[in-house]
Amino acid sequence: MAENAKPPRPVYRNIHVTDIMSYRLPPAGIVSILHRISGVIMFLLMPFIIWMFDTSVTSEISYAQFTAIFSAGCADGAVPGWFFKLIALGLIWAYLHHFTAGVRHLIMDATHSVSKEQGKSTAIITLALSIGLTVILGAKLFGLF
Amino acid sequence: MSQNYGTKRVVTGASYGLRDWMAQRVTAVLMALFTVVLLVQVIFGGPVDYYRWSAIFSQQWMKFLTFVVILAILYHVWVGVRDIFMDYIKPVGVRLSLHVFAIVWLVGCAGWAIQVLWRL
Repeated sequence: MAENAKPPRPVYRNIHVTDIMSYRLPPAGIVSILHRISGVIMFLLMPFIIWMFDTSVTSEISYAQFTAIFSAGCADGAVPGWFFKLIALGLIWAYLHHFTAGVRHLIMDATHSVSKEQGKSTAIITLALSIGLTVILGAKLFGLF
Repeated sequence: MSQNYGTKRVVTGASYGLRDWMAQRVTAVLMALFTVVLLVQVIFGGPVDYYRWSAIFSQQWMKFLTFVVILAILYHVWVGVRDIFMDYIKPVGVRLSLHVFAIVWLVGCAGWAIQVLWRL
């Protein structure tokens, strides 16, 4: 009967969307999920990115349209300029995060030196770099300096 | 565990993912390189106006590099979103529709970007 007294074995199952909030993500996990989210943001905003490329390089007139959307907005100001600056800032963050997290991956692949401590410290460096640069470029974008 | 590599590897399908894994890294390096090349030209060329900005992309070698990077982005993003769909979207019909959407979206965007580039 001793076998019946064994403590119940832990049950591992897939995380359902509803219990995401009750899980504590380590820094590496945060970097990982933000890598996905930033990728999806750039995927969905790709037409806007190409619109910016198109208008900024095609002609002087289109270049003026490109700069005007961030100051005067579009549809006679119905959509204000700061809204597009906010989208641009979102893209800047997405790019910076995806870039830094990607370089982190490449370094881990190239050096084969992966440890728990390293995973944590490089994740924190990634977050600090991408958020820090986003804040600086955001301040520049909104004319704070 | 018994040997499961080389000629004794258990065959599970047509692809083992190595090609995508490698492609994801090669395309990433190309895009990172492009970022650095573009940044250097923007930072060390004086104030940016329309003429300076469009002149950067008008150089033949820059068109060459940008074209390759557009194709790199196309493949990189395909592998990325496909992995995300495979992880989170289980119903086959929905997943197939999203895959088709992603391909249409990406090929269309790549065509637009190349059109802009080759007009310069």
